[in-house]
Amino acid sequence: MEKSTQITHDHYDAEASKIGMWLFIFTELLLFGVLFIIYAVYRYMNTDAFHLAAEELDRFIGTLNTVLLLISSMTIAMATTALQKKNKKLTLLLSSVTVLLGIVFLVNKYFEWGLKFSHGIWPGSEHMIETMSQGEILFFGLYFIMTGLHALHIIIGLVIIGFAMVGVNKGKVNSNRPSLLENAGLYWHLVDLIWIFLFPLFYLIT
Amino acid sequence: MHTTHAENEANYLKYKGKYKGLLGWILSTDHKRIGLLYLYSIGTMFIVGALLGLAMKFELLAPGKTIMNAQTYNATFTVHGVIMIFMIVVPGLPAVFGNFLMPIMIGAKDVAFPKLNLLSWYLYVAGVFLVLSALLFGSGTPDTGWTFYAPYSFKTGTNLLPAVFGAFVLGFSSILTGLNFLVTIHRLRCPGLKWTKLPLFVWTLYGTAWIQLLATPVVGITLVLIALERVFGVGIFDPALGGDPILYQHLFWIYSHPAVYIMILPAMGAISEIIPTFSQKHVFGYKAIIASTMAIAFVGWLVWGHHMYTAGMSGTAQYYFSLLTFIVAIPSAIKVFNWISTMYKGSINIQTPFYWAVSFIFVFMIGGLSGLVLGALSTNVYVHDTAFVVGHFHYIVFGGTGFSFFAAIHYWFPKIFGRMYDKAWANIGWLVFFIGFLALYTPMFYLGLMGMPRRYYDYLEEFHGGNILSTFGSWILATGLIIIITNLVRSARKGPKAESNPWHGKTLEWAVPSPPPLENFDEIPVIAEDDGPYNYK
Repeated sequence: MEKSTQITHDHYDAEASKIGMWLFIFTELLLFGVLFIIYAVYRYMNTDAFHLAAEELDRFIGTLNTVLLLISSMTIAMATTALQKKNKKLTLLLSSVTVLLGIVFLVNKYFEWGLKFSHGIWPGSEHMIETMSQGEILFFGLYFIMTGLHALHIIIGLVIIGFAMVGVNKGKVNSNRPSLLENAGLYWHLVDLIWIFLFPLFYLIT
Repeated sequence: MHTTHAENEANYLKYKGKYKGLLGWILSTDHKRIGLLYLYSIGTMFIVGALLGLAMKFELLAPGKTIMNAQTYNATFTVHGVIMIFMIVVPGLPAVFGNFLMPIMIGAKDVAFPKLNLLSWYLYVAGVFLVLSALLFGSGTPDTGWTFYAPYSFKTGTNLLPAVFGAFVLGFSSILTGLNFLVTIHRLRCPGLKWTKLPLFVWTLYGTAWIQLLATPVVGITLVLIALERVFGVGIFDPALGGDPILYQHLFWIYSHPAVYIMILPAMGAISEIIPTFSQKHVFGYKAIIASTMAIAFVGWLVWGHHMYTAGMSGTAQYYFSLLTFIVAIPSAIKVFNWISTMYKGSINIQTPFYWAVSFIFVFMIGGLSGLVLGALSTNVYVHDTAFVVGHFHYIVFGGTGFSFFAAIHYWFPKIFGRMYDKAWANIGWLVFFIGFLALYTPMFYLGLMGMPRRYYDYLEEFHGGNILSTFGSWILATGLIIIITNLVRSARKGPKAESNPWHGKTLEWAVPSPPPLENFDEIPVIAEDDGPYNYK
């Protein structure tokens, strides 16, 4: 790259990258916000059907996943603190726990979706069109889209945390330049927060 | 690793980095080179979009089939719309002039995230190729209109997916540019450059960036839903499965109406720079222009329903949207008032950018006032989906953003290329273009009021006269465009060397050499207490 980049990058501005990350989080909130609006509209129009369809979801796996994500949010926050205290080993350990919990979440999701598929429930399936009311079709359509998009965000979050861990390991991300890990943490909290809304909307309100 | 003074003497056009030739451009993170990359890519797409527009006007030269059938006409206006909206007027001024000038105007060496800035351009190019691939491959060119309305968009047999995905990627590019500009304006203003001393172009970029950041994800996810609907048949917008196609329209316009302000705000910003410079007078009502900019950026969010008065909406919602539409017109009117008051008792220097700026005000006012005809409930129902809407829209978007773009390129050309264009030809080009513009779009108001619907390749015999005038206008406008573009392209290479401040402007970009050196400033400037962007003696 050219000289100008090197100079700009030499000028490390933690505040700028933090503002940048928060702004990006705003866009993510609006992205999901649209889906929440659609959910609200269709729930209002199909109250009974949404009630019926929600009974089909496995509350145990939902609760388990919620707990997993909450703990993972805690561990990534602790990883950031550990980095501030210059404890590289602990930082890497706590980040690894976060990644592990995220992967377990995805595995649970995989089985949950797999079970639905085996019952003939997936977007556009014959079974749904033949046996379900329109409201139930919409419920499951939204369920797959919203949890699917959320799972995609989990994967992105894991990749970002992965990059941050490589940085920590190499010493490029350290207590003086913690932005990458902090931003990975912020992103992870966002993913967690969205799940905190998805969980009651799909699993609990019946 | 600081560059020495000597290294910084090479201007950004001549600078030789690690890579030579084309690679030195497409791998450069210099905001000025990225600005020019956008200029060339947007310029190329503009020519494509304009040719499609000319083809449509040629089709409408006479009733019945002239050069294309109904399906081809549908595809033509769809692609014309997608290209012009998503690839030209939305990125237009921010990506080209924002990138090139904003860091210099705030006394910075670059944007906050230079690599992200380059990534935005790559996403732009990727989006362009995705959309173009929809035309070249698959089962026919998309024919839904640029709005991708449900249920057309998942019922049409044409190759819509790449176009929708392309629009999504272009949106992502727009979000990242907005994010970058927001952080840059917050963090990289030079010492002493308070918010109340920012040039107005920077202020409008700031307002625009917020809309880019917050509105674009709304259309992004909506386009994803359309794609999912098409591939899986989820049912979200499909009435056969319980979905609501009107909900699609709401979500689409929640983005696409604020997007109109993404298009027009930076255009207003450029005009707010040009008018004080060519009047050699402090801009009238500096703070009022800022307040109206932010008011437009905010209220613009709440008026999307005026695109859908006839689509099915409660009367209460209609009143609300109509009232807010009238309210959002006020800040625009404030700006017009400010520009004209700036000229009052100024020492006006009539040059090409000034011609463009003044004609901008003229067409913008006609466009804006015709917008009120559409914002009012009763008249809207009468002219909805007629040529009147097309006339209004092109007066605002082509007349507003387009004229401002040409004003901006003629204003900043000597700064960007370090050379001056042929002023006589530039003026002739403006005049021909202006006449062509009026002849092309004015008849549409008349035709619309007479009841000619839009988006048909055919029309009744009684509309023939107006359409002939409009088509002639498109040829005059094209002639003007050829003159302008030829003049600029030729002058960028062969024009006489320009001084660093040919128009005697007061904003910071005129304080650096033309073309600007690699890092803009040898030393970061400091703005004194009594300095300001429009302090003319």
